[in-house]
Amino acid sequence: MNIQVKINGKNVKSEIDADLLLIDYLRDNGCLSVKRGCETSNCGLCTVLMNGKPVLSCSVLAARADGSEIYTLEGLQKEAEEFGTFVANQGAEQCGFCNPGFIMNVIAMLRENENPTDDEIKEYLAGNLCRCSGYEGQFRAIKNFLAQRGAK
Amino acid sequence: MLTINEYVKVKSLEEAYELNQKKTNRIIGGMLWLKMSTLRVQTAIDMSGLSLDNIEETDEEFKIGAMTTLRQLETNESLNNYTNGAIRESVRHIVGVQFRNSATIGGSIYGRYGFSDVLTMFLALDSYVELYKGGIVPLSEFAKMKADRDIIVNIIVKKKPLKCVYMSERISKTDFPVLAVCVSECDGKFIASVGARPARAEAITDCEGILSNGINAESAEKFGKYVTEKLNFNSNMRGSAEYREHLSKVLVKRAVMALGGK
Repeated sequence: MNIQVKINGKNVKSEIDADLLLIDYLRDNGCLSVKRGCETSNCGLCTVLMNGKPVLSCSVLAARADGSEIYTLEGLQKEAEEFGTFVANQGAEQCGFCNPGFIMNVIAMLRENENPTDDEIKEYLAGNLCRCSGYEGQFRAIKNFLAQRGAK
Repeated sequence: MLTINEYVKVKSLEEAYELNQKKTNRIIGGMLWLKMSTLRVQTAIDMSGLSLDNIEETDEEFKIGAMTTLRQLETNESLNNYTNGAIRESVRHIVGVQFRNSATIGGSIYGRYGFSDVLTMFLALDSYVELYKGGIVPLSEFAKMKADRDIIVNIIVKKKPLKCVYMSERISKTDFPVLAVCVSECDGKFIASVGARPARAEAITDCEGILSNGINAESAEKFGKYVTEKLNFNSNMRGSAEYREHLSKVLVKRAVMALGGK
């Protein structure tokens, strides 16, 4: 079947299999920041923005994305770099494997809610699993990022 | 692994219904749970083009389209004002925002899952399932029905004077509940719905008027026992039947007290 998806601002037409998942479709189209973590719709690593909302690309059919607008880290370079560099400078993560999905969901959170409270941060990011940090480093980095941004 | 041969974004409910009569075809709601199964689907039926992803409110009821996401339920102001935030509480622990942006109420209710927060929540309200062929069926009846090839179009919640509290016990954040409880006072009737026993949620009404002379620690405890005795509990990796039975008494009591205990 044929679909047309706007990936990071660019219209892409493709012929796909009915059961192709959005994650594989995006990777086939050069978005290698989108990764598989768990395969059980739990870890948040494959998060992309579909029509502005964060979704798990491992659990959405590419066919359903027909006609929609998808953003991955590749298309959000400015926001991703600003926050990603900040997180790195804070030494907030260890291995960085969960980082792409984490950054995507932080971007989604800050677009919905510019000044989230501690509880709102924890709740919004509960679906992004990290196996090294215990979340404390990431949580501290987000709070420092918000404080620094507020001070500007 | 889930494999799909063909994908059809249907243009009408009739088309979805016709396709769904074939056993090897499947309606894909959010596809979250479906994806976890080992299934060979001939035709995946996608209803996302039927504008069923809305919550409509009138003076008498809420009409929630089958393709409405759990995140929409969570963030809908009117629904949450009506239920004292219980709907938000019932879904906010389900995996993560990304998951809830895809998972649909139609999929959750149709599945009648033994772990379902959504079914537990809506059973404590005056809720109905609007089926394409089967008409409007009370959710309490639908929850007991065997899965058939009909299609959920809407979930309807009748507006009645309501107070409502949702509570669940989880081993860790974002996990399935060990037990889920929703207690409501709906149009003067006290109802406790208990799910994740792990079995399809069931609602028990206070037919003996245990709470009708006022809510206090004693009557709340008595109601907790009354509800628990009417239900069966089972064991799985998250907890034993005995543990769940104990939790049920405690959570129902706590929810009743939160409803208006003195």
